[in-house]
Amino acid sequence: MHPATSLILFTTLSGLGFGLLIFLGLGMPPVTGWVAFAFFAIAYALAVGGLLSSVFHLGHPERALKAFTQWRSSWLSREAWAASGVLSVMAVFGAGLVFAGERIAPLGWLGALGAAGTVLATSMIYAQLKTVPRWNHWSTPSLFLLHAVAGGALLAGQSAAAILLLVILGTFQLWVWSDGDVRFERSSTTLATATRLTGGALRAFEQPHTGPNYLTREMIHVVGRRHARKLRAIGLSLAVILPAAILALLPFSHALAGIAVLSHIAGSLVNRWLFFAEAEHVVGLYYGQR
Amino acid sequence: MHSQPDLDTSPRVSDEIRRTTCYMCACRCGINVHMKKGEIAYIEGNRDHPVNKGVLCGKGAAGIMQHTAPSRLRAPLKRVGPRGSGAFEEITWDEALETATGWLKPLRESDPKRFAFFTGRDQSQSFTGYWAQAFGTPNFAAHGGFCSVNMAAGGIYTMGGAFWEFGEPDWDHTKLFLLFGVAEDHSSNPIKIGLGKLKARGAKVIGINPIRSGYNAVADDWYGITPGTDGLFILSLVHCLLEAGKIDLDYLARYTNAPCLVNMDESGNEFGLILKDDDGRDLVWDANENRPRCFDKPDVKPDLAATWRHAGVTHKPVFHLIAERYLAEEYAPETVASTVGIPAPRIRALAAELADVAFNQAIEIKQPWTDFRGQTHETMVGRPVSMHAMRGISAHANGFQTCRALHLLQILLGAVETPGSFRFKPPYPKPPEAHPKPHADARAGEPLGGPHLGYPLGPEHLCIEDDGTPQRIDKAYTWENPMSAHGLMHMVISNAAAGDPYKIDTLMLYMANMAWNSSMNTAQTMAMLTAKDENGEYKIPHIIYSDSYSSEMVAYADLILPDTTYLERHDCISLLDRPISDAERAADAIRWPVVEPDRDVRAFQSVLCDLGHRLGLPGFVAPGGGPAFADYAGYITNHERRPGVGPLSGWRLAEDGSETDGRGLPNSEQIDRYIENGGFWTAEIPDNAQFYKPWNQAYQNWSVDIGLVDAPAPYTFNLYSEPLRRFQLAAEGKGPRQPPEHLRDRILTELDPLPIWRPTGTDADDGFPVHALTQRPMAMYHSWGTQNAWLRQIHGANPLYVPTKIWKAHGFSDGDWAQVTSPHGEITVPVAHMAALNENTVWTWNAIGKRKGAWALDPDAPEATKGFLLNHLIHELLPPKGDGLRWSNSDPVTGQAAWFDLKVKIKKVSAPRESKPALPTIHSPVPKAPETVARKTDA
Amino acid sequence: MTSLPTRTDKQLGLVIDLDICVGCHACVTACKGWNTENYGAPLGDDDPYGAEPVGSFLNRIHSYEVQPEDGTAQLIHFPKSCLHCADAPCVTVCPTGASYKRVEDGIVLVNESDCIGCGLCAWACPYGAREMDPVENVMKKCTLCVDRIYNDNLPEDDRVPACVRTCPTGARAFGDLADPDSAVSQSVAARGGLELMPEQGTAPVNRYLPPREKDSNVLAPLLEPIAEEPRGFLVWLDKTLDRIG
Repeated sequence: MHPATSLILFTTLSGLGFGLLIFLGLGMPPVTGWVAFAFFAIAYALAVGGLLSSVFHLGHPERALKAFTQWRSSWLSREAWAASGVLSVMAVFGAGLVFAGERIAPLGWLGALGAAGTVLATSMIYAQLKTVPRWNHWSTPSLFLLHAVAGGALLAGQSAAAILLLVILGTFQLWVWSDGDVRFERSSTTLATATRLTGGALRAFEQPHTGPNYLTREMIHVVGRRHARKLRAIGLSLAVILPAAILALLPFSHALAGIAVLSHIAGSLVNRWLFFAEAEHVVGLYYGQR
Repeated sequence: MHSQPDLDTSPRVSDEIRRTTCYMCACRCGINVHMKKGEIAYIEGNRDHPVNKGVLCGKGAAGIMQHTAPSRLRAPLKRVGPRGSGAFEEITWDEALETATGWLKPLRESDPKRFAFFTGRDQSQSFTGYWAQAFGTPNFAAHGGFCSVNMAAGGIYTMGGAFWEFGEPDWDHTKLFLLFGVAEDHSSNPIKIGLGKLKARGAKVIGINPIRSGYNAVADDWYGITPGTDGLFILSLVHCLLEAGKIDLDYLARYTNAPCLVNMDESGNEFGLILKDDDGRDLVWDANENRPRCFDKPDVKPDLAATWRHAGVTHKPVFHLIAERYLAEEYAPETVASTVGIPAPRIRALAAELADVAFNQAIEIKQPWTDFRGQTHETMVGRPVSMHAMRGISAHANGFQTCRALHLLQILLGAVETPGSFRFKPPYPKPPEAHPKPHADARAGEPLGGPHLGYPLGPEHLCIEDDGTPQRIDKAYTWENPMSAHGLMHMVISNAAAGDPYKIDTLMLYMANMAWNSSMNTAQTMAMLTAKDENGEYKIPHIIYSDSYSSEMVAYADLILPDTTYLERHDCISLLDRPISDAERAADAIRWPVVEPDRDVRAFQSVLCDLGHRLGLPGFVAPGGGPAFADYAGYITNHERRPGVGPLSGWRLAEDGSETDGRGLPNSEQIDRYIENGGFWTAEIPDNAQFYKPWNQAYQNWSVDIGLVDAPAPYTFNLYSEPLRRFQLAAEGKGPRQPPEHLRDRILTELDPLPIWRPTGTDADDGFPVHALTQRPMAMYHSWGTQNAWLRQIHGANPLYVPTKIWKAHGFSDGDWAQVTSPHGEITVPVAHMAALNENTVWTWNAIGKRKGAWALDPDAPEATKGFLLNHLIHELLPPKGDGLRWSNSDPVTGQAAWFDLKVKIKKVSAPRESKPALPTIHSPVPKAPETVARKTDA
Repeated sequence: MTSLPTRTDKQLGLVIDLDICVGCHACVTACKGWNTENYGAPLGDDDPYGAEPVGSFLNRIHSYEVQPEDGTAQLIHFPKSCLHCADAPCVTVCPTGASYKRVEDGIVLVNESDCIGCGLCAWACPYGAREMDPVENVMKKCTLCVDRIYNDNLPEDDRVPACVRTCPTGARAFGDLADPDSAVSQSVAARGGLELMPEQGTAPVNRYLPPREKDSNVLAPLLEPIAEEPRGFLVWLDKTLDRIG
């Protein structure tokens, strides 16, 4: 799949933002006043920034509100509801913390649950697609949630939790990569099922048109995958190994924590880039490319 | 929960439908042009039209993008920079026409042959030829010489017609269809419709083609033949059929010259000619009266076997000569297998299949008919075997004889003009004798004595001076290529630049992209067009070019006469020209302006009417001195080629003023009648005249009635071609007109009166082992498609397709490039793997590659950076033989350009930035193209 | 809207005969022409005369080669457009309800005024049947010419999709695949019509008739020579001529 910048930014940043909200909703850290304001501002900047970025991915952003209508069937619609619900609930919750110093705990728990739900909804947009075998797996929501909570823990300054979650995330990510590599073959969709042609070795001869089209640009991304192995190492190092090492091995300082956070964000962006770029859509079979 | 919006499923489709004729290729389908608010909204096929019956190809349906292409020329242009630079300035039509008149008038008055007029994909040849004839230049032809003259001439000389415009398979009855070579680019919709019918009936389709694309992809059997060996393959089938006696002897005796008696006296002046009666008519041995009698006597029973010795001279029937030649071992499948690249058992299997379908599955139509001898037959017996071929077998230097061989095969099976086989389309059948002879007798200030092009019957019809000098600039109808019935357009620029046989002053071209894909040896052709003599003057002093679009050729002309698009013009698709009849009806058609041009452009034919008047050409000046025709529509309506016979056959006027078909006076409302009828006219052939046309009294009479001919002229098929034999006789030293010494052997070998096969020129083992071919994609017609925003997305670049064996041997993989070398040149191009391909053949799509800057395309367009022309590898001359002579790369009989004789070697190279040769960008005299297209008329 | 109807009255669709398609692209441009001028936004082209032209097309012709173990390779032209799936994943993923399946005939459509251009439906489609228009930025797809097939302004025999009307070889047929007696259902039954990617569970309506067996060399018996020598041929000829005389 084409690794669109808007989608990488959206899923990564909003995931982090909602991850942070999960921790804030659970009262970790138990902040109030201007400190709370700062935390909430970061969370909202990430979540709303990510959502805005996703709006730029749309062909018709001015019609974005229509995306709220199909919550019964569409994960994208559910995500829109969940995100706006969470942001509303947490706005009240946050206002209580910032302005009244008051922690309305059930509201926070609800917000935390909603934030997790939002990340889940986002991930389900991808996980539901049978057409992309690498994504069409329970590991996709798991991975998104792990990314969100690990990043959230990091941002929320929950060092111990963050170290643990980062280690889990890294381990899980490694398995997702290796398992993901064989999911297309496992999916049973092949050029033969795509064309139902028989009688010998089957091969795509010519593209329908000599130039590219929306589908080849959107669903087929061969170029970036050549560097996948290197990028996986970079992504894992930045997102997991470096921040975990900083937190575990070095004495705490805000500057180091900041480096850990930035490193995690950078690594997450790389991993998310790989999430898209390595995903192969079955339509590529028709084009003789994946 | 489901809900859905209300939808208007009956929206307005259009305000009006204007029915005219497509021009996206040479097929000439009927189209419905849907108009909204006076603009063209949608184009679809016309269901009533005889050619396409409602369907339309990928090109036709994209016509709207041709009509709106940004490459359309906008006004007359005068060259202001050096030739080839593309620097022009817009001028008025008056200045343009005065300039042309200023160049042409002195030539006409002094030496008309110094003006040469050649047209490309011209669909008005009977008009442009008429104009050139009135001018008096011998130098006129259209593009047939580099297209398919072998097919036309091979067919006309053998049976009075060939494939495509001349005839078609009996799609409704045939059970076995053989398709030889590339045929996707001519008669495309009728053949596709026909293939669909065959498939629906379960008839068998066999493809004989090195490349299994297009029609061959749906063929039930595929013979991946070695290019240029079709003739040998066909004659091997003939061998098998003769060997087994699987031939239609009754048909051969009645309807062919197989029983005609040939003089076998080697010393005599008549050696090899057919015995004639006192009226010069062919004699056969009559088995009833046991004496030679004229072939068309009512009670004659022609004998295929009898030899007659008379006055010391032996006369053998043609059929003896056929049997002797083709039963020889040289044509046995086992002998030819390695050359044609097909195992002997497969050849024998195909012969068996042909025989089985022709003779064991014969069909009979209960329809009485009367033959030319007056004999009435109760039924029409058919051999349901049909064949089709086009450029694939035609564009080789042995193509003429290969086409003859194919017709021989058809005729031996009785599979021409019988139910289920191959049928002629009116005005064909028409044997060579019924065609005009070529005229090239230029005289100052005078029109030519007759039409330029025709079918010579012997050396007396050659267009040469007494000393043997060619009369035509292209050297058509000379000993080099005596039967060059379509001229040799591919030699014009080369000969004119060389001053061989003489220098010319002005070259006028119409719709012919000679500076690009329509020339062999493209880069050097550009050099010839810009070459200067010792005085610093261009060797071809003036070049006038008319085109609708900013093609590569535009930059090489001095004066541009911008033409309209096909939806802005009048045209006639005339029975005098290249008609659109089918086997069941005669038909002609018009184009008419469904919209007016929004630019300062004029239909070229209307411009010729104007120019003809300015030059004072006979036929173009009215009695009062004014123009005879206001425009081309005026010519179409009022011109009479013979009394009562004009460009259009429908809705002419009878003596009493009523409207009539076929013969009649001009009718000022004729074009309106065509428009009312959907743009075409048809005349159905009566049921009893539908088959056996050359010999069918009812057909012969019908063709006189509608004005195709002036008197019935039945004839028999020329399995043995006497005109060819007459040239051979001259080469043997007989007769007053003698060929030059260096051509004697060639004429003796190549102009054999019975079909032969010869390896083509470059077949020698000279380090170029791979055949290289081109074909046109069905969705693109030469250069025209490139400017079409929809079509160029389908074919925007062309790889060289490489067969598995070569692919593996060179270690190619996807995305690789290769250097391809011929004896003449070198190109570097992208390659692609194709398994369904003859193992020694590479090929590519023709004319996708474009010159940077042409056609209003971005200079980085894939057509220019990845596309390429194979033309750079093909020379219009054969490599020098050391005799100081310029040997044309053409068929020695007809001069047909031998595009498909190309052989190359191939080498893997690292990918260059763009395909080579990369020629510099030319400046284009049209505005920059738009960034996006999203056109909707009522948006 | 986004939910699929539980059942549709008809299942209109196409049957494509791979034995007949010659790959001429007639259906491609006829479709482009009709749908540019009719349903919804025109099918736009970006950079139409430039280095990388990309336009939206609702129907494209792929091609595949089959290389048997031994014997000659075959080339198959393979037209592909929306298959109007009964269980269309493109519909259920749509967040706005712009994508829907018509209850009366099963045609899958995009209501362009509701389309936000998120592209998710195209991701959900395994067949590559949806393309985002590069100029209008709304999702385009085959409408089965819903504005032709019921159009009172067209003659009755023209009330078929533009691709079917124009196909020169007759490789495309249109009809109700829910009706076992329809011509399309009959041909599917007779020729073993296939659905593409059945494992995706989309239940496509369109069917593909597979190419008939090729190069099978089912032969007439080989011809027997009538004589060993050319001279013998002339003897045969004399005898035969006497017989047919």
